[in-house]
Amino acid sequence: MTLVAVKVLHRRELTIWEKLYIPQVLGGLRVTSRHLFRNLFLHTAHRLGLLAYLPAAVTVQYPEVLRRFETRFRSRHRLTVREDGTPRCVGCMLCETVCPAKCITIVAGEHPDPNVEKYPVRFDIDLGICVYCGYCVEVCPEDAIRMDTGIVDVAAYSRREMQLDIHELMNPALRKPIGDCSLGFPHQCGIAGGQMKGDWSVARGDTTPPA
Amino acid sequence: MVMDVAVKLTLAALMFFGVLNLAALHTWLERKQSAIIQDRIGANRASILGFRLMGLFHPLADAVKMFTKEDVVPAGADRALHTLAPIFSVFFALVAFAAIPFGDRLVIGGRVIELQIAKIDAALLYVFAMLSVGVYGVILAGFASRSNYALLGGLRAAAQMISYEIALGIAIIGVVMIYGTMDLQELVRAQGKHLGGWIPLWGIVVQPVAFLVFLTAALAETKRAPFDLPEGESEIIGYFVEYSGMKFGMFFLADFLETIMVACLATTLFFGGWQVPYLMRDGFHFPWGATLPIAQWAYVLLGIASFSIKVVVFCVFFMQLRWTLPRFRYDQLMTLGWLGLFPISVVNLLATGLALAFFKG
Repeated sequence: MTLVAVKVLHRRELTIWEKLYIPQVLGGLRVTSRHLFRNLFLHTAHRLGLLAYLPAAVTVQYPEVLRRFETRFRSRHRLTVREDGTPRCVGCMLCETVCPAKCITIVAGEHPDPNVEKYPVRFDIDLGICVYCGYCVEVCPEDAIRMDTGIVDVAAYSRREMQLDIHELMNPALRKPIGDCSLGFPHQCGIAGGQMKGDWSVARGDTTPPA
Repeated sequence: MVMDVAVKLTLAALMFFGVLNLAALHTWLERKQSAIIQDRIGANRASILGFRLMGLFHPLADAVKMFTKEDVVPAGADRALHTLAPIFSVFFALVAFAAIPFGDRLVIGGRVIELQIAKIDAALLYVFAMLSVGVYGVILAGFASRSNYALLGGLRAAAQMISYEIALGIAIIGVVMIYGTMDLQELVRAQGKHLGGWIPLWGIVVQPVAFLVFLTAALAETKRAPFDLPEGESEIIGYFVEYSGMKFGMFFLADFLETIMVACLATTLFFGGWQVPYLMRDGFHFPWGATLPIAQWAYVLLGIASFSIKVVVFCVFFMQLRWTLPRFRYDQLMTLGWLGLFPISVVNLLATGLALAFFKG
C-alpha cells in the first residue's frame, strides 16, 4: 500500500443571495455595461475629434499603426557599417559559433587593412531557423551585428526568401528580390551567382584602382 | 381576393425583410458589442471601395464566404437528412414570425388591415408549436451527421429545449389568464390600458415573475450563452460539427432568428407590443389631462416604431447577457430548469389564478 498525499479541496457553498442568480447577473451586467457605455461614448467622442488622450480600446490597428518597441526589443538583424560603407564585421565567427539555431553562415576574407585582418565575404542569416535569442549581438566584440531594425513582419512565400544575405543585412530597407548589387567592397554575391563582386578601391574611394 | 393576397404578401415581405436584415445585423452586433465590452475594436476590415462603415460589410462578406465554401457531407451520413436539418431549423424559425403583430390595425379606404401576417386565434400556441418543431432540426442534424459528437450535441440540445419549454409555457399561461386571449393582436390591444392613468398595464407590470422565468427559459430555448451547451464551439462542440458552408450558416441564421423571435415574444407578451404609453387611437392622452390628437397613419407608424425599438433593445440586451455570463454546467442547467424555474412558474400560475378569482370574481 502506498501513501498518497491527498489534498482535500473545500469548495465554498453558494449563499442564498448567490443562488438567486439575479443579483449576481445584474452585478455582471453592471461591469460589462460600464465598459460598453464608456467605450461607446469614447468612440463617439473620437469620431468628433474629442478626448483623443483617452483610449477607447487597447487594440493597435497593426499595419497602419505600429506599436512602439522598447529599445531592447529584438527585431530583424542588421550589420553595422564603417564610415567607408564596409561592414564592421571582422569575420571572427563568434556569432556563428554561439548561435544555438545554427542559422548564421560566414565566409571570411582577407581585409587589405592589416589592423582589421578579416572581413565577411559572405554573411547569411536564415530567418526561417533563427530563434531571435540575440546571442549573436551579445557575443560580437565589434558591435557589428545588431537587432534593432524594428522590422517584425518577416514573412515569405518560400524558404529561400527567408534567407538574408549581406545585402539585406547591411541595408534593412531592402526586400527581396534585390534588383542590383550596390556594395562596393569584394563579396560573394547572390546576384552575381555566388561570384565575387566589388572592389576595395571603389569602397575606399580611390581614384585609381591598383593594377 | 387579389387585394387580400397582395396585402398579405406585402405584410410578409415587410416582416421578413425586417427580420432577416436584423438577423444579418446580429452578426455585426455580436462582433462589435463583444469587442466594445472587452475594450477592443472588433471586425472593421471588410471594405467596399475603401469604405468600411464600422465593419457593416462583414455580414455581407460572411454571406459570400458561406455560399462559396465547400459543402462537406461526412462519409456514411444520410445525405438527404443532412441537407434537410438546417432547412428545417430555418424554416420553422421563420414561419413562427407570421403570428407576431407589429402594429395596430390600419384602415385604408374601408379595408381593415391588421399589421400581422396571419391572424390566428391561438397565435401563441402556434408560435410555440413552431418553436418546438425547431428541435427536430437540431436532433436531425445530430443524427444525420453520423458523428457521435454531433449526436451527443443534438441530444443535449433536445433535452435542454424540452425541459425549458415547460417552464416557458407555464410562465406564459399567467399572462394569457390575465388578458384572457391567445390571439397575440388582442393580447397587445389588451395591454393598452393604464393603471390609474399613469402606469401602462403591460405584461411586465402584472406578471413580473412570469417575465423573469420567461426571459430565462426563452434564452435557454435560443441555445445561446449562458445556455449554449448544445453548441459550445470552443470545446464540447455540438450538433453542427459536421456542417460547413451555407448549411452551417443556416443553423447560425436559425439561432439569430430564434433570438429575434424571443425578443418579439418578450415585447409582445410583456412590453405591450406596438403600444406606446399614453397613445390611443385618436392621439396621446397624458395622465395630467393634456391630449395631443394625431393622424391615423402617424399612430400606426409610431406603433411599428415602438415595436421595432423594443425588439432591438431586447436583442442588444440578450447580446449583453451573452457576453456577460459564463456557460452553465449541464447539471446546473437541468437543476435550474426543473428545480428552479418550473416550481416558480407553477407557483406564479397559482398566485395569478387566486388573484384573479378574488379580484375579478
